[in-house]
Amino acid sequence: MKYTEEHEWLRVEGDLIVVGITEHASEQLGDIVFVDLPEADTEVAKDDEVAVIESVKAASDILAPLDGTVVEVNDVLADNPGLVNEDPLGDGWFFKMKVEDLSVLDDLMDEAAYKDFIG
Amino acid sequence: MTDLKRTPLYDLHLELGAKMVPFAGYEMPVQYPMGVMQEHLHTRAKAGLFDVSHMGQIILRAKSGTTADAALALESLVPVDILGLKEGRQRYALFTNDEGGILDDLMVANRGDHLFLVVNAACKEADAAHLAAHLSGACAIDVITDRALLALQGPDAEVALAAHVPAVAEMAFMDVIIAPSAFGELWISRSGYSGEDGYEISVANDQAVALTRALLVDERVAPIGLGARDSLRLEAGLCLYGSDLDTTTTPVEAALNWAMQKARRAGGDREGGFPGAARILGELAGDPTRLRIGLLPEGRAPMRAETPLFASETGGEPIGTVTSGAFGPSIGRPMSMGYIASEHSAAGTQIWGEVRGKRLPAVVTAMPFRPAGYKR
Repeated sequence: MKYTEEHEWLRVEGDLIVVGITEHASEQLGDIVFVDLPEADTEVAKDDEVAVIESVKAASDILAPLDGTVVEVNDVLADNPGLVNEDPLGDGWFFKMKVEDLSVLDDLMDEAAYKDFIG
Repeated sequence: MTDLKRTPLYDLHLELGAKMVPFAGYEMPVQYPMGVMQEHLHTRAKAGLFDVSHMGQIILRAKSGTTADAALALESLVPVDILGLKEGRQRYALFTNDEGGILDDLMVANRGDHLFLVVNAACKEADAAHLAAHLSGACAIDVITDRALLALQGPDAEVALAAHVPAVAEMAFMDVIIAPSAFGELWISRSGYSGEDGYEISVANDQAVALTRALLVDERVAPIGLGARDSLRLEAGLCLYGSDLDTTTTPVEAALNWAMQKARRAGGDREGGFPGAARILGELAGDPTRLRIGLLPEGRAPMRAETPLFASETGGEPIGTVTSGAFGPSIGRPMSMGYIASEHSAAGTQIWGEVRGKRLPAVVTAMPFRPAGYKR
């Protein structure tokens, strides 16, 4: 598992990368009541605003962690956004991306580095 | 955060695991470990205890010794029948300005030999100055700084508070009493800001922690932060000053006509005589150009404050703006309150709110979004 400074996690699944937000992020956001996901087959550039999470407190943008194409989104979150709080690293995933070269992941933080990052 | 004030319950909030945020010049608990959603639902199911000590408590006493004189003096600042407020009763009121805008909303209680006012935290200094500027001839104005204020709200509030103050079980909605207790003299009203039955309890600062701990011993009572306070009041259709009401909104635009009794309206015994009366009485007689309304978005995306509202899915100028919007945990969907051009204000009217560049459908809806549980 790899991590971004935007508190996203990335997990390789075959030739795709699954993206979600970390437990730390989901705790900070509080109860999540709405997730606005991109359409499948959307081309994105790193740091594009691709999704929005609404918690009971406020709306937060989710940025694309890498250049690539969103090929699948977790439609279950439309009706059950609370999954992001219940299981942020599992059933609460956001979308799957295809990138040109999986080696771009090497530049991201590993778990130990992310733990240091969030202090 | 060094300039922020703290309430007498500050240390207890930290002990209870609260997340503290700046609010109206105070460090206040926005949520406890239970989280906003569960705190909201707990208040509706059992009872929630809120620290609202940041709010202002003011006593008005007529210099003549006759409370009716204080009532008449206060009527010069509010479009509300204060003279007709019976002893032991409380009423919602509004300070208006010369343009008919709202300076603050407040509660006024008749406690026999004086009037007791509870005002918003962010407005309390200005309110005290406003009262001093206009009423100091007729009244002694005592800003209370040695008392905290708690709100106990929810269906179990009565039984939880009656364990300490049996007399509260006999109170009706908007009754006020001064009651002796193990925590000193308590000033209690049967009212609140959640749409639930419940009480607001003024207690001496040095007894506030003891009273709070005693109430929290009851397992039905949980501490609740400002986050849930906001979603509870919005489900109940209650206005937040500074968001839904301000100096640019009149009481009529704000759909608060119910707060302006007959005695102060055209043809009443004490018609007008409050700041902005010409505009407010004119709007009561005619039609204001905009009105405060409730909105239910059809999807799950909340329409938050400042969301522009449109009459059609494409094109056209905005017809209104959201002033409060959030997810309603008890109704299981987002809800909003806002102002809209009067011709679009009828319940059932289909409109659109623009969220992140997309127009999403919503329906104008009567408030409260969830029926109130007041003990009439």
